[in-house]
Amino acid sequence: MSEIISTVIIGIGVAFDFFGCLGLLRLPDVYNRLQAATKSVTLGTWSILLGILIRYGFIGVGVKALLCIPLLFFASTVAAHALMRGSYIFGIKLWDKSVVDDYKDVWREK
Amino acid sequence: MTSIVNIFFYILIGLSFFCLFRIIRGPTIADRMVGIDIFGILVVGICALLVIITGREFLIDIAITWAILSFIATLTLAKYLSGKKLNE
Repeated sequence: MSEIISTVIIGIGVAFDFFGCLGLLRLPDVYNRLQAATKSVTLGTWSILLGILIRYGFIGVGVKALLCIPLLFFASTVAAHALMRGSYIFGIKLWDKSVVDDYKDVWREK
Repeated sequence: MTSIVNIFFYILIGLSFFCLFRIIRGPTIADRMVGIDIFGILVVGICALLVIITGREFLIDIAITWAILSFIATLTLAKYLSGKKLNE
């Protein structure tokens, strides 16, 4: 029974990964790509590790997968924020159909 | 159940080729960095599926280590991109 539940959860995670990588491939701008890919792929990998935990239980591999979940969660979001800030400071333009740029005012005041 | 997990594994291998396309073809340097970041997160999922397929339990340690190293690599590249020194 736990094998079936874990396989379903891993399938949901792989679907999240697929849509995230599709966004990485198709969206027009570096900021759009970053915000589509990071959230979807992080939650998809989170779901795969949760499937490992359900399949093996709270021994050995399962506890290590549970340890990996918050690590990946915080590391991925912090890295994405730093990458977006760095690419804005570097001077990469937004897509020409973007409607709002709130960070410009913050950067000008400094 | 293991055959379905095999199919998921090959899907994730195919998705890493999407990231490889973005690394090769990206118009700016930031696109390449986004590709490297997403590839590092995908490898964690691939290692987690390899635990189920092969049954060797040390592969989850490789997943944890890869998560930490990918985080440090992306953070260092972002600092380099914003033009600051590493202790600022």
